[in-house]
Amino acid sequence: MAMVDEPLYPIAVLIDELKNEDIQLRLNSIRRLSTIARALGEERTRKELIPFLSENNDDEDEVLLAMAEELGVFIPYVGGVEHAHVLLPPLETLSTVEETCVRDKAVESLCRIGAQMKENDIVDFFIPVVKRLASGEWFTARVSSCGLFHIAYPSATDPLKTELRTIYGQLCQDDMPMVRRAAASNLGKFAATVEQSHLKTEIMSIFDDLTQDDQDSVRLLAVEGCAALGKLLEPQDCVAHILPVIVNFSQDKSWRVRYMVANQLYELCEAVGPEPTRADLVPAYVRLLRDNEAEVRIAAAGKVTKFCRILSPQLAIQHILPCVKELSSDSSQHVRSALASVIMGMAPVLGKDATIAELLPIFLSLLKDEFPDVRLNIISKLDQVNQVIGIDLLSQSLLPAIVELAEDRHWRVRLAIIEYIPLLASQLGVGFFDDKLGALCMQWLEDKVFSIREAAANNLKRLAEEFGPEWAMQHIIPQVLEKINNPHYLYRMTILQAISLLAPVMGADITCQKLLPVVINSSKDRVPNIKFNVAKVLQSLVPILDQSVVDKTVKPCLVELSEDPDVDVRYYANQALQACDQIMMSS
Amino acid sequence: MNGTATPEPTEASAPTPQPPLDWRFSQVFGERGAGEDVQDVDIISAIEFNKTGHHLATGDRGGRVVLFERTDAKDHVSRKEAEKADYSISRHPEFRYKTEFQSHEPEFDYLKSLEIEEKINKIKWCQETNGASFLLSTNDKTIKFWKVQEKKVKKICEMNMNTSNAHVNGGPSTHVPNGGILKPGGLALLRMPVVVTSQETSLAANCRRVYAHAHDYHINSISNNSDGETFISADDLRINLWNLEISNQSFNIVDVKPTNMEDLTEVITSAEFHPSHCNTLAYSSSKGSIRLVDLRQSALCDTHSKLFEQHESAGSRSFFTEIIASISDIKFSMDGRHILSRDYMTLKLWDVNMDSGPVATFQVHEYLRPKLCDLYENDSIFDKFECCQSGDGLRVATGSYSNIFRVFNCGAGDSEVTTLEATRNPTRRQAQNPARPVRSMTRNVRRENTGIDANGNSYDLSTKLLHLAWHPAENLIACAAANSLYMYYG
Repeated sequence: MAMVDEPLYPIAVLIDELKNEDIQLRLNSIRRLSTIARALGEERTRKELIPFLSENNDDEDEVLLAMAEELGVFIPYVGGVEHAHVLLPPLETLSTVEETCVRDKAVESLCRIGAQMKENDIVDFFIPVVKRLASGEWFTARVSSCGLFHIAYPSATDPLKTELRTIYGQLCQDDMPMVRRAAASNLGKFAATVEQSHLKTEIMSIFDDLTQDDQDSVRLLAVEGCAALGKLLEPQDCVAHILPVIVNFSQDKSWRVRYMVANQLYELCEAVGPEPTRADLVPAYVRLLRDNEAEVRIAAAGKVTKFCRILSPQLAIQHILPCVKELSSDSSQHVRSALASVIMGMAPVLGKDATIAELLPIFLSLLKDEFPDVRLNIISKLDQVNQVIGIDLLSQSLLPAIVELAEDRHWRVRLAIIEYIPLLASQLGVGFFDDKLGALCMQWLEDKVFSIREAAANNLKRLAEEFGPEWAMQHIIPQVLEKINNPHYLYRMTILQAISLLAPVMGADITCQKLLPVVINSSKDRVPNIKFNVAKVLQSLVPILDQSVVDKTVKPCLVELSEDPDVDVRYYANQALQACDQIMMSS
Repeated sequence: MNGTATPEPTEASAPTPQPPLDWRFSQVFGERGAGEDVQDVDIISAIEFNKTGHHLATGDRGGRVVLFERTDAKDHVSRKEAEKADYSISRHPEFRYKTEFQSHEPEFDYLKSLEIEEKINKIKWCQETNGASFLLSTNDKTIKFWKVQEKKVKKICEMNMNTSNAHVNGGPSTHVPNGGILKPGGLALLRMPVVVTSQETSLAANCRRVYAHAHDYHINSISNNSDGETFISADDLRINLWNLEISNQSFNIVDVKPTNMEDLTEVITSAEFHPSHCNTLAYSSSKGSIRLVDLRQSALCDTHSKLFEQHESAGSRSFFTEIIASISDIKFSMDGRHILSRDYMTLKLWDVNMDSGPVATFQVHEYLRPKLCDLYENDSIFDKFECCQSGDGLRVATGSYSNIFRVFNCGAGDSEVTTLEATRNPTRRQAQNPARPVRSMTRNVRRENTGIDANGNSYDLSTKLLHLAWHPAENLIACAAANSLYMYYG
């Protein structure tokens, strides 16, 4: 008979909470569905838990989403692959709800289960699900069905295959644009499972219909299909069927369609091969680079490097480079910015001579751009060009650009350039850095904006890592320590922060000799905020310092602070003292 | 056009190709009792039928949305039986109250020190799914996406941890779940909660998404795209494009804000998507122009593809010319071929293929023209009247003062005009006209062929009929008189 079911108690609660009023508890139960299933055993999971879930699917989206996800990995709990089909009904209902993310997850789980099911189970259970969804009354069901065909098709019998292809064709002509969009975006996956002979006939005619859809939103998804289908077809078929479509799309009335082409074109080039690329796609790409719509030019400009990589340098120089020149003085700053972020990548493609002759002037003009993002994008990719032509040719123009950005009135721009300083330092070398940039790095420590001061302190640490402690001892430490006498306490605080960051890089000796005295001195500061920051910094220094130093210098200072009139200072001093003791204990 | 439009004896000789419609009172919701004061929050501020015409939504100044549904279309069986029983029974669409919910609450924008009213400016129905209705509602600043669904009431009647906690105590359970046989052992005692679905249903409105913080000015229109995934929202100076599923990002597609606000001469008053071309939208301006925009041309649609405007001849220009030219509402016809626009004095029908001038102009209340000065003084001249068109495109309607609205026939050479008052007896005022026999008041609707004032000078500026909507498939007009929703069929 039943005993004291201590281990069952939590399970019982978990089961009850599937229907709790609190959504967090329901969510928790659903997330632990596998625990419930293990407790119930495979048979009761199949006969009770799964039917229960099928019936109780009018919950909040969050719960449904979790349910859809859990069911996708539930095969082991229902008794293995031969029972996998019991999971289909709840997922079928979930793939009809109106919330897209729930439907998508349900379809994903259905696919995951279907991929493991045996061939005859697919025919008996999975395909009927696909057919029911595809003929669903509401568009949500039909949308979901589109994502299941590629799982169902390979296991289907020949008559069923014909039926599935027909159904897919109907979905592509559905009244609802949502369904046609789903069919268009899943066409590539489905086509990959269809036999060559049908591919060329039925699938291509479905595809043709989609490419002529009234709805821009459908046509632009068909663009994606171009690349996917192109890769499935034999090269000559691809050239015959796909190429004209791409060329047409690249001149579509709708800028959104052209935008998609601009984004996808280099992939399409891979699909059609080198010869048609040269003859048809290069002209198409050139048109897109010169498109009327800035958004299209942005997309095209962003792909310029990737596109050039699949062309010969000669073609790139002949056709693409003139456009790049135009784009570097485009009226839209966003186009120039997109170009600046990729143009450095063209240097390795073009080789040293062409880079110096053709690209360098473009780099230089972009470095002088009035829009800071453009300049930043060039600077951020400096390493790429450095590999090809060396930094010398650029450095002269680089410095004014960096100085200007460093003093830009927008703090976010200043922040961005600080982040690139270590990269620049490594590319430009110590000599150049000392001459030109060192002063800037110190200047940022006294910026009006906290984020800049914070980044400046971090930057010093990264520079010290890059050039080593000896260099830092000469070029950073003295200057930093000097600033501890700044009359404003916020700037003094930045210096304390810099010290705590630099200490681990500099090592015990320098910390002890140079940094620690400054910190200890600051404990006499008149501002409590400085004092409790001293306590925090000391705490961070303890692991680096020798035990003797801690006992002789750090602790007395902390003890003094722990008797400070200010409550916060006392608090942090005590915290630091405790940390000292703990470290002592452990060592 | 439901077979109820029996030829009218008094007007049988009307020289119209189609028989004129006999407008009758159908229903009223929220009728005001005699002497009852209208609360400002109850005043209806938006009316919208859904695509099929089975549902109707109204919004009010108190931020509430009220839904109505058709009764006759739902009860198929009973209607068929009723028809069999008495074939001549007249059938016209009837609606019943379905549910209501609080869509918007008053808010305060602390950054701009601005009060945001809860008043519903517009409602639009979205694609129905899984038996649930979806709609967008907006106040001046925030658009919300609602799901209204009928749910069967469910009760949980058995739990593991409920009153008879025998299994927890370890004692043998006397209570057998689901009539099954209780096996020994703890595991068998675990059972799924039993949920009983009752026949009761409850309607629940859930706010699915909130599209906020995208408008610096007051939103005047929202409109769904035929692609089913996007919609626009328009304020005085900008039009934004949204994806229904993404509420934290929108794209500005039209911006008429001048760099210097002192150069501002024109604002956007209304915007609507083409009913079937996903790339076409129209917006109207305070200067009386309608611009057609092609979204395919560029991401920022600063240039229009077509401009519809009619210039007053120089001679008739006055101080008020520009004010009364301001368009308060535009509507595409169902087939997208025409655009109907309402300015202060007229209703104009434009052919989208003809930008030289409107194909028809209807005078709404010409008798007010001499009074424009008074109307300006008391701000009535800035009232924003809506307009609507019948699903078949044959008739148009718009409101006026004294709670009247007028229905015009837009067939060429046709001058059928009907004036109706939003009361239980739409022809009451005309009946007061001594030239008319009192006896005809229950049957007749006065039809005018001339443009003169129907009611003499007895117009009442405080009762204005701003909002009305035409059923998409039948001749049924729903209109708002203050807090009451009146429906008429023809």
